[in-house]
Parts: sequence; structure tokens; C-alpha cells
Amino acid sequence: MDQRYERNFSTISLDEQARLGRSGVCVTGLGGLGGCVAEMLARTGVGNLVLVDGDHFESSNLNRQLLCTEELVGMSKPDAAQDRVKAVNGSVNVRKVRSFLREKNARDILFGCDLVVDCLDSIDDRFILEEAAQALEIPLVSGAIAGTFGQATVIFPEDRGFELIYGKKREIRGQGAEKTLGNIASTVFFMASIQVSETVKVLLNRNGVLKNRLLTADLESCSFEIVDLPGR
Amino acid sequence: MKMIEIDLKLFVTLAKYLPEENEPFRVAPGTTVEMVMKQLNIPENLVKLIFINGRREKPGYVLQQNDRLGLFPPVGGG
Repeated sequence: MDQRYERNFSTISLDEQARLGRSGVCVTGLGGLGGCVAEMLARTGVGNLVLVDGDHFESSNLNRQLLCTEELVGMSKPDAAQDRVKAVNGSVNVRKVRSFLREKNARDILFGCDLVVDCLDSIDDRFILEEAAQALEIPLVSGAIAGTFGQATVIFPEDRGFELIYGKKREIRGQGAEKTLGNIASTVFFMASIQVSETVKVLLNRNGVLKNRLLTADLESCSFEIVDLPGR
Repeated sequence: MKMIEIDLKLFVTLAKYLPEENEPFRVAPGTTVEMVMKQLNIPENLVKLIFINGRREKPGYVLQQNDRLGLFPPVGGG
């Protein structure tokens, strides 16, 4: 191994680094959160990434989406993410999926992954993802944002997951508070960092994961809290 | 009647329903979370998460002195 991971080693041991290299992580949604997450996973050394989004960059993405540059407006998000990952860390294997996650393709997309990171932008789609992840027994690291607010949690196959956060699946439709509040770069980058940190912890079997707990962050008032979600 | 004092926090889009006098927020003994929401005209379907002292609770929870009550709307942006 070259010097690439040298500065990781007081936090991530050599064995753990090798383990990350063998791990496969799916990033669903390559907008604000997903672009940052893909970048950080590649830098940290997660060896296999599945990058999923059916969307193209628009100029309204420039305010917060790391991978969106003026030059790339109009480009497919998974194409851009693959180029970026390869530019940062050529040893990472990328499988890109140029479609949105749907019930009919969710399990095929996730198959073979060790973990999935939820960077989606609709609540309905999050339930579809959770169902597929739990069926395949893959842990799910979820992040969601609106304005200066963000939340994150880790959902394992046995957990009640999103129904504790969003209510029953059939009560939910479409977007949440972000529809009126929009999204800004500082919240996106902050929550993406939490997601990547949780992802690495789960892959390495570390303690302190946000299982059955929800981290809430309000950057406007600088208030951060971890709240308990009941288990079974 | 002696009122109960609670710490009320309304997050994200719910912040606009926070009354001017809220530190502390006072309610009558026996008041539930649901009753507070009604009193503040917060539409029931806007609230997806209720936290009391860092634990998820149901709308029927009866508030106690010094409770920290947090209400959250659904947040789904990515």
C-alpha cells in the first residue's frame, strides 16, 4: 500500500483499512448528501462503490452539491460521481446505476453490498430502500436535511426504522420540510460527514453506532441531540 | 391552579408556531402533547416525531414538570 492511507492509521488500523478495501457500499441518491458521501468513502478507502441516481445536474444544484460544477451541468450524476471517485482513488471499483431506486430494481441494485447509504430526497423512496435493505439483511445509514436542520440514524435488519421517524409508510407522501426550506451546503456537508463516519463504524464493527437512535442537528441554533427510538 | 413548566422546542418548519412567551412554557397539570399542539394551532399531520427528554413519545403523553418537549416535522431532503 502506498502512503495514501498513512494519516488514517491512528484512527483506522492496517487490518481495518484492508477490511474497508474489501467492503462494498451502495450510495443511493447522488445529490447533495450522496456526492459528498461518495467522495469521502473513496478517500477513506472503501474499495467497492455502487453509485445510484437517475438524475442529471442542474444549475440549481450548484449551491450545495459537491460534484456539480458549472461545466458539469447537464451531466448524469452517476457518471460525474464515477469520474470523481476514480480521480480521487483509482483503486476503488465503481458500479454505476443510471436509474432511480424503485421497488422493481431496489433488491438487484443492493445485492452483494455490505451496507447502503440513504441519500435520497423523497420519504417514499426511503421506505422502498429500507424494505429492500432489510430483506437482504444489509444495514442502512440514513441522512436527511431541510434548511439548517439535519438528522441521521442507522437501521439494521431487525429494527423498526423509518416508521418511528416518519410514521407508517402509507401515511407519507413525497417530500418533507425541505420542500419549503430548501437545502444549503453547510447542512449537506455536515450531515454527509456523519453518514460516512457511521458507515465506517458499521463496516468495522465499532461501538457507538446510531442504532435505534436519531441524531438531530440544528445548525442555526447550534443544538445537537441524540434521541432514543424504541427498539422492537 | 399551579401550572407546570416545560421546555418547548419546535424544530424546522414548526418553529413559526412557537409562542412569544415560551421560556418556560406553562401548561395546566394533565396537559398532553396533543393538547399543546392544538393550543398552538399546529396541524397534527405536520408533526411526525415527538420527543420528551430525549425519548420518543406518543401524542397522548401527559407532560410533567421540567419536561423537555421537542416536536419535529418530516424531513426528507438529500
